[in-house]
Parts: sequence; structure tokens; C-alpha cells
Amino acid sequence: MSFVAQNLACQRADQLIFEDVSFSLSPGEAVWVKGRNGAGKSSLLRICARLLAPLRGQAAWHGEDIFKDYDGYIGDYHYLGHLDALKYALTVRENIDFWAEFHGIPDVASALDQFDLQALSDIPTGMLSQGQKKRTNLARLTASSAKLWILDEPLSALDLHYIALFKERLIRHLAEGGMALFATHQDLELEQVKILDLDDWAS
Amino acid sequence: MNRFLRLIGRDVRLAFRQGSAMTLGLSFFVIVVVLFPLGVGPELAVLARIGPGVLWVAALLACLLTLDRMFQADYEDGSLDLLMTGSLPTEILVLAKVIAHWLTSVLPLIVIAPLLGMSLNLPGDGILALTAALLIGTPTLSLIGAVGAALTMGMRRGGVLLSLLVLPLYIPVLIFGVAAVDASMAQLSATPHLLLLGGASLGALVVGPLAAAAALRLSLS
Repeated sequence: MSFVAQNLACQRADQLIFEDVSFSLSPGEAVWVKGRNGAGKSSLLRICARLLAPLRGQAAWHGEDIFKDYDGYIGDYHYLGHLDALKYALTVRENIDFWAEFHGIPDVASALDQFDLQALSDIPTGMLSQGQKKRTNLARLTASSAKLWILDEPLSALDLHYIALFKERLIRHLAEGGMALFATHQDLELEQVKILDLDDWAS
Repeated sequence: MNRFLRLIGRDVRLAFRQGSAMTLGLSFFVIVVVLFPLGVGPELAVLARIGPGVLWVAALLACLLTLDRMFQADYEDGSLDLLMTGSLPTEILVLAKVIAHWLTSVLPLIVIAPLLGMSLNLPGDGILALTAALLIGTPTLSLIGAVGAALTMGMRRGGVLLSLLVLPLYIPVLIFGVAAVDASMAQLSATPHLLLLGGASLGALVVGPLAAAAALRLSLS
């Protein structure tokens, strides 16, 4: 089980953002995508989540091209973008319930527990603070059974306590054979992390 | 299948909680229809003559009013990214959104249409034919509208462009919908018109989700 990206290039609005970006992930590994603003961190993550087509290059999951092999990759990855993807009229539990069922996972209670959301579970998400919304997002992530986590700024709006909690959860995910591809501005200080600096490719 | 129903269920629940989409389209429909007797005058023969056309045009416009939210809300809050990375094929996803739109924005119009038909002096036969024609014909509106909504997603002021794209495609539905009511008011059979409306709906059922899914992928990248 592995994720391999080779010579990815990305173009947005006639401008080449990056090219020849290659990296690989095997179980237990994490890649930290670094780069200045506009270096293409989010675009790279969106390409890996198949939300964006690359200009050139391939990405493979289990050796199968993710842009062609449609079914094999679905359900094995979870993308967490910087939009919170919550319906403000629904409660925390209803939001997580819907996505858990949509991704086919029944274990919602423990996901709520992990990020101390039980007390908030019957409050509409529109009433939550930014940090609480982020925690709901992280609970949705951990409720999924995805092997590969693709995380775009997972720490923004979180306080130190929950950053530590998230880090702990991430380390457990990696120890269980999971993989993570994340872009953050702060250093998570993980021991086993490969650094992918997009500024090196800046054209 | 379960996911498909969950998605429809979520959208219907959201529409009920927020209320605005449902009541907006419905009140628009009622007000537009009620304005006509005030503008045209109270002659009953004239009202019965223009009634079917007024009701259909008002229904088209009311449907259009709610179309632009079909994908826009999910696009703005990032839910669409997650929906697209899920295991539900995009075409089926579009179909679920279309069904939810029809249930929440179009069905209320059909429920109230007979009442408005009475206020326009339509005879009983005409009201029956109107309801049948709306039930059979309006799925086309949601299905074709989905393509326009997907194409204009993420655009500022996409609503105006959406109207220009979609309204010309609504013409056949309007023609046969009105013809069905006129025929039954003239004591003729409305069946051929209803069959044509049904044919249009089935055609749109095949083409609509495919085209809208392609447009969604295009708009997202």
C-alpha cells in the first residue's frame, strides 16, 4: 500500500505554479508540504484528493493511476480542506452522522468523544466558534476509516491543547499504518516526517 | 442507495430548517399569479383564457428563483468537495440534488396551483389537467436547471446567466404544459400533451445528470 506522485505540475489561470513535484508515502509515513503563500500547497493537496487535474504527471495508489483507476482510491483517503463543510442549520451530531453514513462508517460516538464534542453535540454548528468548527471537522476525519489523510491547514484556529490532542491522534493514525499528507505553517514536530518544500520548485 | 437517500434526506431537512428557499419560491409564485387579475382586470372569460399560461410561466420563474442554490450552498461551504470525493458517482449525486430540489422547491408550487387556478376561474377539468401537467412536466425543469446551476456555480451574479441559459430550454415544457390545460378546457383529450411532457422528463432524466456532472467537474477545477 503506497501513494506515489511523480513529476506533478500544476497550472492555475495560465500560470505555472509548480512542476516536477515528486514524493511517495508508505504506511506509517507523513509528508509535510511547506511553502510560502501561493506556492501551491492547497493545489497540490487538491490534486492528490482528485479535486483538481494536474497539468502533467501521475499519482498512483497501490500502483494504479488515481486519475484513471476510479474505484480503488475512493474511501481510502479523506480530504480536509480549509472550508469547514458544515451545514450551519444542522447540529454537530447531525453533521457528523451524515458524513459518517455517507462514507459508510457507523462509529460516531467515539469520534465526538475524541475532540470533546459530546457537550456540544446538539448545538447547531452555526453557533460554534472557529476552533469548535475545526474540531468538528477533525472528528469527521477520525470517524472515517481512511488510510490516507490529506489535510490542508488542520491546525488553524485550534488552541494548544487541541493541537497536542490532534498530534497525538495523528501519531496513532501513523502507528496503525496510516499515511498523512498535510500542509501547515507551524511545525508539528513529528519524528517521522518527510518535508516537501514547494519553494524549491518555485519557477 | 442508502447514501443516495441520506443525501436527499439531508437536503430536505436543511430546506425545512432554513425555510427560506421553500417559502421564497412559493410566495413568489402566489404573488405573481395574484398580480395578473389586478393587471388584466376582473373579466372572468379573459382570466380563464390566460390562466394556464400565467400559472405555467409563474411556475417556471419560481423554479428558476431557487435553482441557483442547488449546488452553490454546498460549493461555498466546501461540502461539495467532500461529496465529490465520496463513493457516490457524481451523476447519482446530481440526481439526488435534483430530487431534493424538486421536493422542496417545486412540489409546494404544485400543491398550491389548484387553488390559484380557481382564483383565475379555471374550470374543474382544467385544474385537473394543470395539476397532472405540472406533476409530469416539472421534473424536466429541475433536471435541465441542474445543468445550468452546475455551469454557473461559483460565478458572481451567476443567477442572471443561469436564467439566460435555462429559460430557452424550458419552452417545450411551457408549450405542452399549457396545451394540455387548454385541450382539457376545450373538452379534448389532454393525454397526447401529457405524454409529450412525460417524454421530455424521461429524456431530461437521461441527459440532465450526465451533463450536470460534467459541468460540476469543470466548475470545480
